Amino acid sequence: MNGTSRPFGILAEFRTAASVLHAAEKVRDAGFRRWDVFTPFPVHGMDRAMGLRNSKVGWFTFLGGVLGYTTGMVMIWWMNSYDYPIVIGGKPMFSPYSAFPPSYELTILFGAFGSLFGMLFLNRLPRLHHPLLKNRPFSLVTHDRFFIVIECDDPRYSPAETRRLLEEAGSQHIEMVEE
Amino acid sequence: MVTASHATGSGSGTAVTVVAPPQELRRIPLVDNLRGFGWLSNRVASISEGKTPLWWWVLFIPSALMLGMLVFMLAYQVSTGVGVWGNQHPVMWAWDIVNFVWWIGIGHAGTLISAILFLLRQRWRTAVNRAAEAMTIFAVMCAGIYPALHVGRVWYDWWLFPVPTTYSVWPQFRSPLMWDVFAVSTYFTVSVLFWYMGLIPDLAVYRDRAKTKLRQFLYGLFALGWTGSNRHWSNYEKAYLLLAGLSTPLVLSVHSIVSLDFAVSQLPGWHTTIFPPYFVAGAIFSGFGMVLTLLIPLRSICKLQDIITMRHIDIMCKVTLATGSIVGYAYAMEFFIAWYSGSPNERFHFMNRALGPYWWGWVLMVGCNVLVPQVFWFKKLRQNLVFVFIISILVNVGMWFERFVIIVIGLHRDFLPSSWGYYSPTWVDICTYLGTFGLFFTMFLLFIRFLPLIAISEVKGVIPQADPHHPLGGARVHSPVHKEE
Repeated sequence: MNGTSRPFGILAEFRTAASVLHAAEKVRDAGFRRWDVFTPFPVHGMDRAMGLRNSKVGWFTFLGGVLGYTTGMVMIWWMNSYDYPIVIGGKPMFSPYSAFPPSYELTILFGAFGSLFGMLFLNRLPRLHHPLLKNRPFSLVTHDRFFIVIECDDPRYSPAETRRLLEEAGSQHIEMVEE
Repeated sequence: MVTASHATGSGSGTAVTVVAPPQELRRIPLVDNLRGFGWLSNRVASISEGKTPLWWWVLFIPSALMLGMLVFMLAYQVSTGVGVWGNQHPVMWAWDIVNFVWWIGIGHAGTLISAILFLLRQRWRTAVNRAAEAMTIFAVMCAGIYPALHVGRVWYDWWLFPVPTTYSVWPQFRSPLMWDVFAVSTYFTVSVLFWYMGLIPDLAVYRDRAKTKLRQFLYGLFALGWTGSNRHWSNYEKAYLLLAGLSTPLVLSVHSIVSLDFAVSQLPGWHTTIFPPYFVAGAIFSGFGMVLTLLIPLRSICKLQDIITMRHIDIMCKVTLATGSIVGYAYAMEFFIAWYSGSPNERFHFMNRALGPYWWGWVLMVGCNVLVPQVFWFKKLRQNLVFVFIISILVNVGMWFERFVIIVIGLHRDFLPSSWGYYSPTWVDICTYLGTFGLFFTMFLLFIRFLPLIAISEVKGVIPQADPHHPLGGARVHSPVHKEE
């Protein structure tokens, strides 16, 4: 950490799920945009308290599923009835019934990839270097602490007032996080 | 129990006030002794930290030796040919396919716990889902060995997949065996994805408490930089729900498709429509047997009694009882349909199943799968861990014999009496099967030692401290309701 580092944001620590939830409501109502709540587990009701919209992961799953089913059906049709047709037991060259089980599996396979990678893409993960990961008190976020971080880039951020807001929201420990 | 002083002491801010429910309506916490977040992290992570305990080596060394035996057996079979198996005309599917179906079936409980019980909002699943999912993955690995070897020339296994082959012939998708390739490989891949996604927040727990540079680097790498951001949790939970929604039809389809390997054929005893649901129920039944076999000793050795409580064991015993009874119904229905069909071949097959030369296999199957689990009607017996452990092993013995009965008895006396035969396994069959236990337990022990055995962040989410509307989560409580405590 060198002397020229600039602040990334202000970090406020909370001890209980209820206190961080209500503090988040206050930060939301104050109109902040570039801020986040950090918890060891997903806190029930936090999306609402932060004013988050429904996650968009479902679109990636849907696209994956559609792509998977289409891939299965088209692949089987192309292989068994177009590229190299072989008569087997007098069965039709292509039947949607026998092509269904593999296509069904591919729907799930591609949908699952869509869900996982969609989630990672929306979260901009992997990101192995983050200002918060260098912060010592913050490492308790995976243990038993709750944090609210308001970034200094937020248009409503002001060093004194933002700190006061977090203090009033009931934070026991507030500190600046360096970039 | 929760007390008012407890609650108001930890609260802060202008919380909403909640009226605590009366004593009899209060939920029993899933984690015993009101353990908190920190305790959960410390308890679970301590299994993977510090010096390797003696019990781990005591279990690992024999497992690794058995894995070595598996490697030797596989090398022997590949270099000599699968003629070293006991498979002989007319029994051309035997222990290899029995073991394949058995291992695949065991995996199903893991997916049931992780996906179906998630959709059903069964919050107790959080204590057991990680270990059960690991069990799924390792069981599918063991299962995959058998069809790969059964083709005879393992070096042509890649022909199973639609890749351009030398003569540009494509696999033909009208065969259930081809569907099986897709079902099992998808099952394995999706199980790994689901498992890994669940691991990400817990790997971050391990990263943040790592004492050595190497641990910090490796756990940090695989935790992908997880910070516990709620914006991330929001997407994460949605993705988890979607994966659970995808895994549910997947797990139901996998054993259905495995059963179609049999049901699509014309053989008496195989050619029945009851197979898909019956196989799925049996798979979940055997999987819960294996979960109990693994977790009962583990919870004592790793001191996880507060997380995997007697209530968890109790619920799993009930699932075993329910699925065992479904399997029993299927056995009875098979006999009924054989009689009702009026087909002499069907009738002969089922008489031969119970009274033929393999009568003992049928007796073991019915005894272990239908009769033995009935003891779980009694709460006293569900609470006796040694007893439950023994029953859980019998369940898997019974389920192994179910596959043996279906496959070997189905094949050994077909339509023409002149082609009847009797099958016995060779030492190669037996040693390969034992070797897969080596693979399974080696993998499972490595998992226990290096990865979080309990889904730490999920368990944290179901304790009362995690609920912002619970006094222990910091919510303010109207005190009068609590006074009597």
